Amino acid sequence: MESVLALRGLVLLRDSVEWEGRSLLKALIKKAALGLVYYDLFRDPLNWAQTGEALPGGPLGALQAMCERTDPGPVTVALDSLSWLLLRLPCAALCQALCAMSRQHACRGGGPAAEQLCVLGLLHRELHGPGPMGALSSLAQAEVTLSGTAGQASAHMLRRRPRQRPTLETLWFSVLPDLSLDLQGGPPLESQPHPDPHTPQVDPASHLTFNLHLSKREREAKDSLTLPFQFSSEKQQALLRPGPSPATSRIFYEPDAFDDLDPEDPDGDLDV
Amino acid sequence: MPTQMAASLCTTFSPSTSKGVSLTVARECGQLVFLEGLKSSVDVFFRAQAEPHPLQFLREANAENLQPLYEFVREALKPVDDGEAAWRCPVLLVDDLSVLLSLGMGAVAVLDFIHYCRATVCWERKGNIVALVHDSGDTEDEENNILLNGLSHQSHLILRAEGLATGFCRDVHGQLRILWRTPSQPTTQRDWSLTYQYKIQDKSVSFFAKGMSPAVL
Repeated sequence: MESVLALRGLVLLRDSVEWEGRSLLKALIKKAALGLVYYDLFRDPLNWAQTGEALPGGPLGALQAMCERTDPGPVTVALDSLSWLLLRLPCAALCQALCAMSRQHACRGGGPAAEQLCVLGLLHRELHGPGPMGALSSLAQAEVTLSGTAGQASAHMLRRRPRQRPTLETLWFSVLPDLSLDLQGGPPLESQPHPDPHTPQVDPASHLTFNLHLSKREREAKDSLTLPFQFSSEKQQALLRPGPSPATSRIFYEPDAFDDLDPEDPDGDLDV
Repeated sequence: MPTQMAASLCTTFSPSTSKGVSLTVARECGQLVFLEGLKSSVDVFFRAQAEPHPLQFLREANAENLQPLYEFVREALKPVDDGEAAWRCPVLLVDDLSVLLSLGMGAVAVLDFIHYCRATVCWERKGNIVALVHDSGDTEDEENNILLNGLSHQSHLILRAEGLATGFCRDVHGQLRILWRTPSQPTTQRDWSLTYQYKIQDKSVSFFAKGMSPAVL
């Protein structure tokens, strides 16, 4: 999981109702915190209290101001949550702001944008349609998707690097009460079915009252049998060759008392 | 198709809440502040326009937020001036948020209202919020889905009450699924969710494990 903190650019932390991501975000913040600066927009994000302390431009303005205040150099910005911003701002405005943030930071730091700023954004999967999710995905250098099984949380990390194929890695983890990360090797064993190597393979046809096996002669006869509707070359030749005279196949009919044999052709009056 | 209802809790229930609390008595003792939406909605139209009212949004053609309703909650929680004890661990019960959607408010406005209530009730006053939201199962109702999912992400505990998949039963009225979102004691094998079945009685509810209703045992 330390590799997530080494990422630069936009990192999306996609969680769901079943598997929440806030604990992981806090754990990552704790790991990354060298000089933590906390901007509390929880109490009054929309400036309802009118205390005069709110930054101009609302939460987006606060975000931009945050980047302007930090020193040049590697910086991690954690957003709880991007979903909150995406529900209240047009998707395009948010994407532009995120791009502008990394550009501004790069200009001040003097280094390439990819090495300076990391934005960890918490995104709730169920709240947004495929359009906004796709737009943010296309901007992101990495996506960490949270899921899990049998009470164990997992993080599927998709990393995109320039001129390289995207890499996918799955980690099983839990967040302890002190916000430290506990990484597990894999899913809990109860969820994995292990085939027992000591159980001998039983032949299901061994104790039946009827015979399912073929002898050698029977197998040969079966293999040499031509299926009636299989159009082989022999059949094709037999059809093309003029067949035997009709005298070889005849129909013998004995009329009974009720038959009315009229030698005249009933279709004789048809001009066919 | 069984109708589903989802109830969200912002923090765990205060253990001092006892079963069978009489709300009428609590109101008379001053322990309960009750805003009856149906009656108050009529008052909105007979009051002078300048006077603020919690349900002011009913009057406005383009009400953008529920700030007056939040101000009502905040005022109700302020300590009384005559020296009585301030509200300790208050509980805000909201029945129900889906009605606000039907009355024309947007899902984001309702989420903002609950956010501000959380800041005041849960964070400032160390209290709890219990909010009811209806889930009709209609995937095309985008506003309700945003409200339901947004509220779920703000919650610490989700109680999902739904009918039985097998249909109506006289002795088992439904199924309750409990989902913890922020575990207090994470272990490798913990129960993130539990499912119980229940029967609603006269003034209480009895819970039992699935298939363990006294009527069938």
